[in-house]
Amino acid sequence: MSSNQSNTQNGSEQKKNVTDSTQTSLSKKTEITIPEFEGSIVNQLVTKFTDKIVQVVYVRPGRTKILVPPNEIVQVATFIRDTLGFDHAESVSGTDYPKDNQIEVIYHLSSYSDEKLSSHVLALSTRVDRNDSRMPTLIDIFKSAEYHERETFEMLGVYFEGHPRNERFLLPEDWADIPPLRKEFRIKGR
Amino acid sequence: MENFEQKFDETIRRGLEIVKETEEDRLMTLSVGPQHPGSGHFRFTIKVDGDYIVYCDPDPGYVHRGEEKMCEYRNFIQNIPHLERPVIHDSTNITYSYSLAVEELTNIKVPLRGQYIRALASELNRQVYTLYWLGIYGIFLGHSTMFMWPLGDRELFIDLLEALTGARVTHAFNIPGGVRNDMPEGFKDRCLRQVAYFEKRLVEYEDIFYNNPLFRQRTEGVGILTKEDAIKLGVTGSVLRASGIPFDVRKAEPYDVYDEIDFKIQYMKTGDSYARSMVPLLDMKESCHIIRELLDKMPQSGEVRAKLQPNPKGPAGESYKRVESGRGALGYYIVSDGTPKPYRVKLSVGSFRNMLALPFLLVGSKLADMPSIYWSLNYWPVEADR
Repeated sequence: MSSNQSNTQNGSEQKKNVTDSTQTSLSKKTEITIPEFEGSIVNQLVTKFTDKIVQVVYVRPGRTKILVPPNEIVQVATFIRDTLGFDHAESVSGTDYPKDNQIEVIYHLSSYSDEKLSSHVLALSTRVDRNDSRMPTLIDIFKSAEYHERETFEMLGVYFEGHPRNERFLLPEDWADIPPLRKEFRIKGR
Repeated sequence: MENFEQKFDETIRRGLEIVKETEEDRLMTLSVGPQHPGSGHFRFTIKVDGDYIVYCDPDPGYVHRGEEKMCEYRNFIQNIPHLERPVIHDSTNITYSYSLAVEELTNIKVPLRGQYIRALASELNRQVYTLYWLGIYGIFLGHSTMFMWPLGDRELFIDLLEALTGARVTHAFNIPGGVRNDMPEGFKDRCLRQVAYFEKRLVEYEDIFYNNPLFRQRTEGVGILTKEDAIKLGVTGSVLRASGIPFDVRKAEPYDVYDEIDFKIQYMKTGDSYARSMVPLLDMKESCHIIRELLDKMPQSGEVRAKLQPNPKGPAGESYKRVESGRGALGYYIVSDGTPKPYRVKLSVGSFRNMLALPFLLVGSKLADMPSIYWSLNYWPVEADR
């Protein structure tokens, strides 16, 4: 229960944070013209999920980044795969933000089956609480994320609920330190 | 659909459970690598039931260096020499997408001649990498001539790159803003001579290796990856193109001058080990054509790099750029917080993505087919570990 509560709290905080940043980015967007095709992807996402769930972070030619709360990511990802046609994950990466006490997990999604999308990479990102970093796994939607999520787990300590193997992958089996890509982990002598 | 889900579940998710449910004492466990010469610095555990592989678990990380963490301690320019360590044979391509991403973050424009030389170095390096891979593939299928020939011809391309960049293997040639130096005098003629010679050699490669009945028996119909499965596994590069998907980043999302170059995407439809080993050869042929066209269309004079400030930095932001390397799409995701050092660098490399296909293809095939499947995946352990 406690983890659930913190998740929802975290979600609502996130929304506040993001609306601020999106407003600024939206005002910028009116100056820079959004490419038509990328704009249509954004419109589909926002009309389906409303801008409370899907926050558009930036749009560039061939690149779109959206931010969703962790508890909504599964349904947004399903929509992205089934309706928008992005069929595989190119990379899953995490960025640590100790100042916001958050870790951002980003899925870079791309498409092989739809030729129109081949030049496009959609970044689906979510922010989880740093002290209780859990989020649902997307491996049932994008099988290609299997090993990427395992890597993100060991490098940043984000626990993917539903992933069968949240365990060591690249690091030594007897690794006893904190996840190395967190900012408080320092390389010796630096 | 049903089939793929089931196979994925059995080979990758629940492999060990399924093995345990069956009579485990029938099985023998084999550890391939990391010292085994046939796997590189990479270990995978397989369980065999008689002659058939029933379980495979990749265990990478023996050459994990923490490249991504190291990037956070150095500025954008200092990062170049260590970023090429994961694939020293393809060092121009692995720094290519890094340079593109940093250029986007810091708003640097590359002069036209610089773009052409960069693409030229990238194509030459692709030949070096693919020849090295082909040599290793040959020797692990027991064909020692195919080890000697590509490694001999590779030297000639290394000599070209040495003349161009000043270093034989790790060039650190691509930098944000262009390339380090201009082409030496007479380089164009030397390049053209080498390409003409190499195209003749490629025909001989086909005769001695690709048309060799032994090679064909060991690879044809072995480890078939269908088009649908390849898409779902998210594989890239020659593995993807061998399964009948004409996807190449140079065409899909042309960077620098690739939209002005006329070339075809090389792909095959069978998806077996033979197709996966044939596609790199076709790529090398096409690459020869690209080198010629690049040399032909290149402006004869001009700047090769933009003038950089001592510590280039741009506004806070992020960038995801990818290029087509010898092993497929190679992407960099860089987050900048406005300082000269990157806040976060993530490498999305072809080898790591293709690793998922290894247990998927190995389970159910014969142990003797393991080398031909493993090496056809164009897998470079050091790159996957980063």
